[in-house]
Amino acid sequence: MTPQEIAESALTGPGDRIAIVDETSTAHLRWAGNAVTGNGVVHSRTLTVIESVPGAGIGVVSREGALDRDAVRAAVAEARATARRAAPPPDAHPLPTAAERDWSRPPAGTSSAALAGVVGQLVEVFDQARARGESASGYAEHQLRTTYLASSSGLRLRHAQPDGVLDLTVHRADDTASGWVGTDLADPAQADLLAGYTGIAARLDPSRHHVDLSPGRYEVILAPSCVADLMIHLHGAADLQESLAGGTVFSGPDGGTRLGERLTEAHLTLASDPAAPGLGCLPFTVVRAPGPGASCFDNGTPLRRTEWISDGTLANLVTTRHAARTTGLPFTPRIGNLVLSGPATDRTLDELVASTDHGLLVTSLWYLREVDPSRLLLTGVTRDGVHVVKGGEVVGTAHDFRFDECPVDLLARVTEVGRPEPTLPREWGDREYRTAMPALRIEDFTLSAVSGAV
Amino acid sequence: MGERVRDAAAGCARRPRSSPTGSRTTATARLLAEAALDGARRLGARHASFRLDRVRTGQLVLFDGSVHTAHDSAVTGLSVQVWHDGVWGFAASGEVTARSARDTAGRAVDQARFCSALGREEEPVPEPVHDGTWSSGFRINPFSVPEAERAELLAAWSARLLAAPGVEHVRAKVVAVQEDKFFADLAGTSTVQRRVRVHPQVVVAGGSTTLRTVGPPTGRGWEYLLGEGWDWDAELAALPGLLRAKQHARPVVPGTYDLVIDPSQLWLTIHESVGHATELDRVLGHEASYAGTSFVRPGDVGGLRYGTPLMTVTADRTTPHGLATVAYDDQGVAAQSWDLVRDGVLVGSQYDRRTARVAGATRSVGCAFAESALRPAITRMPNVSLAPAPGGPTTEELISAVDDGIYLVGSDSWSIDARRGNFQFTAQQAHRVHRGELAGQLSGVAYQSDTRAFWGALSAIGGAGTYQVFGADLCGKGQPVQTAAVSHGCPTAVFQGVRVRNTAGS
Repeated sequence: MTPQEIAESALTGPGDRIAIVDETSTAHLRWAGNAVTGNGVVHSRTLTVIESVPGAGIGVVSREGALDRDAVRAAVAEARATARRAAPPPDAHPLPTAAERDWSRPPAGTSSAALAGVVGQLVEVFDQARARGESASGYAEHQLRTTYLASSSGLRLRHAQPDGVLDLTVHRADDTASGWVGTDLADPAQADLLAGYTGIAARLDPSRHHVDLSPGRYEVILAPSCVADLMIHLHGAADLQESLAGGTVFSGPDGGTRLGERLTEAHLTLASDPAAPGLGCLPFTVVRAPGPGASCFDNGTPLRRTEWISDGTLANLVTTRHAARTTGLPFTPRIGNLVLSGPATDRTLDELVASTDHGLLVTSLWYLREVDPSRLLLTGVTRDGVHVVKGGEVVGTAHDFRFDECPVDLLARVTEVGRPEPTLPREWGDREYRTAMPALRIEDFTLSAVSGAV
Repeated sequence: MGERVRDAAAGCARRPRSSPTGSRTTATARLLAEAALDGARRLGARHASFRLDRVRTGQLVLFDGSVHTAHDSAVTGLSVQVWHDGVWGFAASGEVTARSARDTAGRAVDQARFCSALGREEEPVPEPVHDGTWSSGFRINPFSVPEAERAELLAAWSARLLAAPGVEHVRAKVVAVQEDKFFADLAGTSTVQRRVRVHPQVVVAGGSTTLRTVGPPTGRGWEYLLGEGWDWDAELAALPGLLRAKQHARPVVPGTYDLVIDPSQLWLTIHESVGHATELDRVLGHEASYAGTSFVRPGDVGGLRYGTPLMTVTADRTTPHGLATVAYDDQGVAAQSWDLVRDGVLVGSQYDRRTARVAGATRSVGCAFAESALRPAITRMPNVSLAPAPGGPTTEELISAVDDGIYLVGSDSWSIDARRGNFQFTAQQAHRVHRGELAGQLSGVAYQSDTRAFWGALSAIGGAGTYQVFGADLCGKGQPVQTAAVSHGCPTAVFQGVRVRNTAGS
């Protein structure tokens, strides 16, 4: 069966129903210690059935893998049975109106051939790393997911989303320093592992010695990957209903929200746009299961550019159609990319370093966890690259450190904004969002403890 | 490195008379395996394995007694892993047919050829041939319980809590998982296994405070929610009072404290600082770019002092109802148990057939696991547990010996650096201990330490009466990332002079 036939089969028979078929193909390659350690190609197909029973609730069943007509019928029956037992959801709404987009087109696919260029570059990276006594590790993945969204109300939408990850970590032989670089690999032809390796190798120059740091407050330049991870956490907390309930950093003191409040003087804008150049993502809403800020009844909604923070002011929170209607606020669903930008500037990360008198350059963040959700207080560690900057130059490397910070508070302490560039959030790199972020200069960044890692 | 391994597969392998997945299904799986393995052999693979899995997950969430989310998902697929001319290749497909099995074998060999310019690996260590069928220890399959009945139980729990003073909202959920796995390889091993696990969880909210049950995920069936293996009635009864006490908690004064850590909190510290730190693939740097490495070095086994002599940590895939308990791993290796830390010294590690030689072993300890057939098997943690002290004290006795400390119950946030060194943990409940007595709850408590310093501060350990088993069912690792479930047993334990921060900043 084709994906379209599976969707149509799921919609056969009476009832209000949404069928989502995701056809996914993935090729991956993993390496460590200058040798390949894993690889694979995976083809799979997932059907999600969302049944809505008027006067009752909704039932959601998803089946990945073997999908014949019997399996589809069984999934529909299970979803219907669940919906009949469920309580009416507060966000109940008629299913979206008819619309069609690329429905008849076949699914897109990928294979290991997409990573042929990466293999060729890796041979060279391994040779250079061995010659310098370094150890290179990393991962490359290319994926194509084609989503077919159909409903008993007439939706027939298709979207093919290329995606991917390319990251490289290099450790010095004596393990006294390491570096990391990561990028989105939606277009494998753009992969340039050698450039990534060269950039890391320059920072691992053996002439740059280790510097011991003490816990305290430092001026820090966060590389774009760090900013991406922090903004994803910030955006994750930006749900209207949860904020109105008083549980997020965007909850207002009087039971409302902080919408309209200036969060930073840095004139930063955080936006999502399905048509963002180089960061394209689903142009319509796909909700496979209900959750915070996500209503199954919003499936198929066309998405347009939305600013979450406009020129430093909190402008929008994530809303469902239901939340928007009950509050009178705009309907602003979640979108699959995030772009942070500041006042027009061409300053690169290296140029920010060059204008730093005394500070730290942080390459990537890791193990970010919420310590206090109501304040969005995160704890986390730096990873693979804390560099000491003096007089505009990187003069040494330091151990990683633990920090406790709130991304919203950090925005208020931004003193300089670089040029946004596509980046891979290291912790959220498994494609929660595609991101373009600037490097940020932040004052009084708190190191709460020094870690033994480098 | 001479790690001592106890082969205890017989201890856990409860072999039912018939296949847990049905004889017809198993016969189909064998035909698919034959197609795949024959294809791999013809293409020159020296080692090849075939897996056919179905992993079903049911999640039911109630908010204030009403069903909020009911989601049932299943992942079915087949995969082939080959070792061809010294290179591994993996391919998987969601299409479960003989043709797909053959094609997938061909693609796995293609993958090995594709990567041949990037280095070769040693041959995997051998394993005796097994032909086994096994089912985990559950009585009532949760998927056999009508969803309405499942919802009724959670609704009753919610109603009971909502009636209590101070409780404004209740979120109750249960996640149930059934794993059916078939494995076969060119050596002749063929195994069929079914595992079931459940994880109920209730969160109560009042004022600006929340409190979560500590009852763990477990390798049991629906009987667990009815009180078999955990006293839910007692925990739900205590929850409102603990919530009210937490609402009135006093901010902790930052400093160093003696920590009395309950098993419901300590299991996660064991998981992060011992479990992951002793995975050999991390030690070798295989996770350097993602999940992280370890402060443990390849030559440390047998000599590294990990903690005080009170510390003995075991690894096993055999504990009844353990989340990592199996009869055979995903490379066809029989389940075993062994020591990781004995009397405070590192004596073992975790490895699979690919990495065993590096450990100086001639046989794998059976740590290979894949979340489904659509993922390659990688080294994953077995059940890792801290042994109690023979004839050791009760929790009350441990608390009574502390002059100025904190008693921590239930896990909350956690974070550890990429070498499993510096960490920070918080708890569901933090009780002040003053002159041997509990003296009210504290807020903002986060303890921060380094793995070896922390275990080097272990000063007292509870007896068998304090020992309880907890665990994680969403532990992520690998690229592509995959999750695993693992149990950790431990007694109550005391750690002297641990740094405590106040996350509220006061």
